[in-house]
Amino acid sequence: MAEYQTPTSEPEFHANFAQIKPRMNTSEALFESSRCLFCFDAPCINACPSGIDIPQFIRQINTGNTTGAARTIYEANYFGNACGKVCPTEVLCEGACVYNLQEVKPIEIGRLQSFATREAIEQDKQLFGPGPANGRKVAVIGAGPAGISAACELRSLGYEVDVFEAKDQPSGLTVYGVAPYKITNEEVLAEMAYLEGQFGYRVHYNQPISSRRELEALEASYDVIFLGIGLGPTNALQLPGEERSNCVGAVEFIEQLRQRHHHTAVGRRVIVLGGGNTAMDAASEAARMGAEDVVLAYRRGKEEMGAYDFEYDLAKGVGVKGLFNVAPVEIVGNGKVEGVKFVRTATLNGQVRTVPGSEFVAPCDMVIKATGQAKQTQLLALIPGLRLDDKGRIVADERTGQTTNPRYFTSGDARNGGAEVVNASSEAKAAARGIHEYLTKTKD
Amino acid sequence: MAMPDLSINFAGIKSPNPFWLASAPPTNSGYQVMKAFDAGWGGAVWKTLGVPVVNVSSRYGSMNYRDKRMVGFNNIELISDRPLSDNLREIEEVKKRFPHHAVIASLMVQSRQEWHDIVRDVQNAGSDGIELNFGCPHGMCERGMGSAVGQEPAVLQTIVEWVMEVARIPVIVKLTPNISDITEPAMAARRGGADAISLINTIQSIVGVDLDLFAPYPIVDGKGSNGGYCGPAVKPIALNMVKNCAQHPDVRLPISGIGGIENWRDAVEHILLGASSVQVCTAAMHFGFGIIREMTSGLEQYMKEKGFHTIYDMVGKALPNVKHWEDLNLKYKVTATIHEEKCIGCQLCYTACEDGAHQAIRLNAGTRVPEIIEDNCVGCNLCSLVCPVEDCITMDRRDDGSEQLTWKERTAAGTIPTEFNDERAGGRHHWVPEPAAALNKEKHKTLPGKARQYAESATALEPAPHGAGGSE
Repeated sequence: MAEYQTPTSEPEFHANFAQIKPRMNTSEALFESSRCLFCFDAPCINACPSGIDIPQFIRQINTGNTTGAARTIYEANYFGNACGKVCPTEVLCEGACVYNLQEVKPIEIGRLQSFATREAIEQDKQLFGPGPANGRKVAVIGAGPAGISAACELRSLGYEVDVFEAKDQPSGLTVYGVAPYKITNEEVLAEMAYLEGQFGYRVHYNQPISSRRELEALEASYDVIFLGIGLGPTNALQLPGEERSNCVGAVEFIEQLRQRHHHTAVGRRVIVLGGGNTAMDAASEAARMGAEDVVLAYRRGKEEMGAYDFEYDLAKGVGVKGLFNVAPVEIVGNGKVEGVKFVRTATLNGQVRTVPGSEFVAPCDMVIKATGQAKQTQLLALIPGLRLDDKGRIVADERTGQTTNPRYFTSGDARNGGAEVVNASSEAKAAARGIHEYLTKTKD
Repeated sequence: MAMPDLSINFAGIKSPNPFWLASAPPTNSGYQVMKAFDAGWGGAVWKTLGVPVVNVSSRYGSMNYRDKRMVGFNNIELISDRPLSDNLREIEEVKKRFPHHAVIASLMVQSRQEWHDIVRDVQNAGSDGIELNFGCPHGMCERGMGSAVGQEPAVLQTIVEWVMEVARIPVIVKLTPNISDITEPAMAARRGGADAISLINTIQSIVGVDLDLFAPYPIVDGKGSNGGYCGPAVKPIALNMVKNCAQHPDVRLPISGIGGIENWRDAVEHILLGASSVQVCTAAMHFGFGIIREMTSGLEQYMKEKGFHTIYDMVGKALPNVKHWEDLNLKYKVTATIHEEKCIGCQLCYTACEDGAHQAIRLNAGTRVPEIIEDNCVGCNLCSLVCPVEDCITMDRRDDGSEQLTWKERTAAGTIPTEFNDERAGGRHHWVPEPAAALNKEKHKTLPGKARQYAESATALEPAPHGAGGSE
């Protein structure tokens, strides 16, 4: 029997996907905040992509000023609550905590952050509001971390903002792509509702922008267009048999899991292809959904995996097994997936080479491809003058997020190629400032 | 080595160890005192007896520090509210069951006759000693008792004399710290014929103010009153007063040390400064009588390691080293050393020295380990005190120990600064930065966070200043 039983109800699903960073109670927040040393030029701040003044908000929590703490967090990062839960804090703020050098447990910054912001959200604390209207309008494409963060910042600067979202919920991968044990849908959406209530931007759901005609309409009605479009579906592997049923992309699998919970079908024997953080998530999730045998297959050695160590540990902790130095050559089966044919590999001078004659078939009834997401090049090709780099990322000014078409700005995965929520959120804040700078300069 | 002997004979009061419960709520009843003796306490000073009082509800307030509770504690409770006869009966019962433990009756009454009566009563009940409560700083003092007596040496002496007229057991006078010179009432106690003194009683205090109700703690129906402060936070004040009495040539009485004693270390500190018994209240109210096990075991271990056979081997052992400021060696020189291998890079030492001391620590590019600027370091200790890592910053001696010069000697030699701009001023020619060098210094570090950077970029559109005026 597997470590986890396949969940058949919401409570069972939530039990299998218990939050790895559960909410702190007031006592725990007091104890934990009391431990903070209030470092000078604190390394945690420098390690945070959004530069949250962490010692300040921890001190605010410690003195009973939780609302002030939430303000400190949101001033730097509009996804304050989500980031507290989904950030890889082990390699960011908490990884930089000086306690690590003393071999003392670092401050649980992420959980403290969520403690403060969640209280503000639940009590609907009015911390921010739109700035005085300046008569200018910005269209935001994509209601993910980048788009929503840009919208918040632009509203605070007095812009009218319309957000166009292809799906029916905001927050992008936060609600569609993050592992369910990192954050619940309810928690994500509560923060989104809170921000929308604070700033008053408009989100138009189920309104994908995909044609030149739609872009032209936006160009005609808005001063600037912000691209927060993220990435597309999972890359195809170009392998024979990839079309067989039960061979799915990780992004698609996780999206279904986040939306349909225990109604998501998972095989008994699952092979996950890939060595990045998404692969770790997908493997963990398959195991928590009750799969008896989950194998993580990666074409290089264990040390070369892109995933953070703690993510791999998390997967191992739920029974996932690693299979290294193997490259898939075919998805075998008869209509449905029945196995993956691998060839063994060896790495020589950084180059992965296959070992001739080492082919074998690993049986399974589900394959999850966690092999990266495609870029949205089709849409981007419709924007005149917009340049992409050789990896398909939008070329933009580092500070302002302005693209090679001056009326388009961007940040988030579409620009950085795929990073954390915190990166998208903080880059979008900067881009909104860039938009403001641009429109202030071009004022008639 | 034989186990050290913890027993004491305090002014004639014998006790198996020096740890007594102070006169307070933990000694309100025979039940509590028996339980304490059972747990290992050596003695107990009974909750003050007199004409029974009426107390308010809501009696205690706490001073918390971060997540630590009751770092300081205050109360507005009065003396015993139980009939004297009940207390006397229970004292008798405790003494029958624990003949070798110390039971001391704390007393507070007004007239000479009352004093005579109650002293006789508690003697007849079998008390080993008497403690006169001249210290309570709330409620009772407004009725001419407690600290009202302790603050008037002449009155104190008179009452002690009344007590001594009938006392056949040792008499301890408990002193209030709410006075400018604690040795004055101590000497009055001696003149009156007392056998010993105990100190300190609680310090008049307001322990905190409720920010929503605009009233001091503890709150009684929306109002509050000053109370008596005690607990770990008062230990330094108590230690100083114990030392003052122990060093004064005209006091010369055994001292029972009270104030902030929670563990064996606190007790040893009191003893090293001259106490030969110690009394505990707040810690027992916080953690219960069980703390005595740690106290006796710690004291025993310490005595073994130091080779002390009895408590008296250590009483007052630190007193010769407590001097007046003018007798300290001005030639002694320490400076700070940061032990790089232990440093975790919190830079608290840097900011503490920079803002709170003498700008004697600098930061260097490429490392979080700060560097001591030897020439600027006055050896104040601050960096070593704020450093969160044990032994990471040490204060190391720099003079060779061959020279000795005190303020007193300099005064005698006529080499002390005497004018406002005297060349002999200690800080003359000591480097200090120009005032304006402070402006914008390391602003990106002292006001960190992206939010501030955006606020700046909106106006200046320039990156944050780096190390302006700094030493990087």
